[in-house]
Amino acid sequence: MKPKTKAGVSRKISKKDWMPYLFLAPAAFFILAFLAYPLLTVFFYSLQSYDVTKIASKGFVGLDNFKKLFSDKIFYRSLQVSVKWVLTEVSFQLVLGMILALLLDKKFKGRGLYRCIVFFPWAVSGVLTSMLWSLIYNENIGLLNSICKDLGLITRNMAWLGNMKTVFKATAVAEIWRGIPFFAITLLAALQNIPADLHEACVVDGATAMQEIFLVKLPMLKDTIILTTLLRGVWEFNNVDLIFTLTGGGPSYRTTTLTMYMTNMSVKNGNYGYGSTLAVIAFFILLLFAGIYLKLSGYGKEEA
Amino acid sequence: MAYKYGKKSKSGRKSGKQRLSAILFAAALLLFLVFILFPIYWCLVTSFKPSAEITSKNVTYWPTAFTFQNYIEAWNRSGFKIYFKNSLFISVFGIVFIVILSILTGYALDRFQFKGKNIFMLVLLCTQFIPGAMLITPIFIIFKNLGMLNSLFALVLVNTTFHFPFNSILMRGFVSGIDYTIEEAAQIDGCSRLGAIWHVLLPVLKPGIATIAAYGFISCWNEFLFSFMFISKQNKLTLPVGLKNLVGEFSINYGQLAAGAIIAVVPTLILFSYVQKNLVGGLSSGAVKG
Repeated sequence: MKPKTKAGVSRKISKKDWMPYLFLAPAAFFILAFLAYPLLTVFFYSLQSYDVTKIASKGFVGLDNFKKLFSDKIFYRSLQVSVKWVLTEVSFQLVLGMILALLLDKKFKGRGLYRCIVFFPWAVSGVLTSMLWSLIYNENIGLLNSICKDLGLITRNMAWLGNMKTVFKATAVAEIWRGIPFFAITLLAALQNIPADLHEACVVDGATAMQEIFLVKLPMLKDTIILTTLLRGVWEFNNVDLIFTLTGGGPSYRTTTLTMYMTNMSVKNGNYGYGSTLAVIAFFILLLFAGIYLKLSGYGKEEA
Repeated sequence: MAYKYGKKSKSGRKSGKQRLSAILFAAALLLFLVFILFPIYWCLVTSFKPSAEITSKNVTYWPTAFTFQNYIEAWNRSGFKIYFKNSLFISVFGIVFIVILSILTGYALDRFQFKGKNIFMLVLLCTQFIPGAMLITPIFIIFKNLGMLNSLFALVLVNTTFHFPFNSILMRGFVSGIDYTIEEAAQIDGCSRLGAIWHVLLPVLKPGIATIAAYGFISCWNEFLFSFMFISKQNKLTLPVGLKNLVGEFSINYGQLAAGAIIAVVPTLILFSYVQKNLVGGLSSGAVKG
């Protein structure tokens, strides 16, 4: 990270008071028009009956949509799937990303090229990830069936994404593949900020590499680990592209997270009213996470 | 920077324990490499196989009959030529918008002191928590009312909205890394403030701008959900939606799917190899520490 020079702050004060606002005006326009206003209308639509297939019944219905939530079994199930999805993704991505970051913190031949290759999935989209993995999981042409048969694990071809028992795991692996680099990148940056003399102190004291990792490095990475995990947790909660294109939420809602349910309700079913009600629930869950994140990151302390 | 770690013992021969840990280290590196590379490798290999070989029961790890047919068909017949052009269009215009907005916003947040600055920063941070999927209905209705469905420009506006906040926070870091005195000197020499930004700051800021342009391109290039919702005309589809539609059909042409995926991944690969060097510092300072 680049050091910040605080010396210039007093000189930065502009005599023209309106200038900063002029600079921020375009940003404010985009935020107001395409984030703030839509967010407000989500709350408005959540109180409406608004279904493109039943346009005659359009209108204000009060809290009816919210009442419907309480008896909606798929809604409860989607919450469970969301929790399971976020926990699975974040824990595997964190542990594997951590190991990868520790490996990359050592010097070895070809490290630059290696880093470039293993970080690449970071730039791959959710849709592309599902295309890559669907070629592996496919029942008829898929590689996984061939490998498993060669190893004697299965005798008949499996539809990994069509089978209720395997679909969640298969989808999770594809997303873990895409998520490891994010953790590895942020944790590697934090590892490289640990002063070198700490390592020397460990060598002098005769600590083993494992002791150094668990007793010195991990405690120093605590803040980064917590914040990265929270942020990634939110993004995994929000994840739509990959699930939508790989399974569409099925079979029988096994991969329907709350966000997926909300998306299907609007995009596939055209039920904007009830979809917005689900979005309101998601909003409050995210608000809670954002609050925790901002509190833990010490936001405000730095700026004040 | 990185410190040296795990030096070899001074006597040239390694002890058994060191050798074991070296083997474990290499094995771990190899495992990650295989896991990360294999899906890409498999897609690449599939894209060069004739369709009979793809669907045959004997899985081959290298094409026995190497062919470019899948690429030719995907490009010409399945419309990837058009999808590629559309994706390029929204990404290039997306970059222009994202770069301009992030320079203006990042500059204001670093170089000015003003009322509401902290709140604005907070708003930018909070946008990172809002998923596009949550706002898809109202944004769809906005563009429907504007008569802008099936318009690539609508996608540019949406992509800009979702991707400029993170890049602005990054840009603020880049600007703060450049000493204000050079702008001040230009202003003493008679430059206006804007003139100083244009003639003095921007040339020094080039590496930062290039990084943000690359991030912006990757984000716009990869965007799926809004394109899927907004665009119904075949000649306006973008690559991610085009790929998804190949799967939606009753019989999937796997060779074309693989070729299409490779076509879609190549531009990101090129840009990624350019930005990956400063990824380690940049992402963490922007995304995690705010």
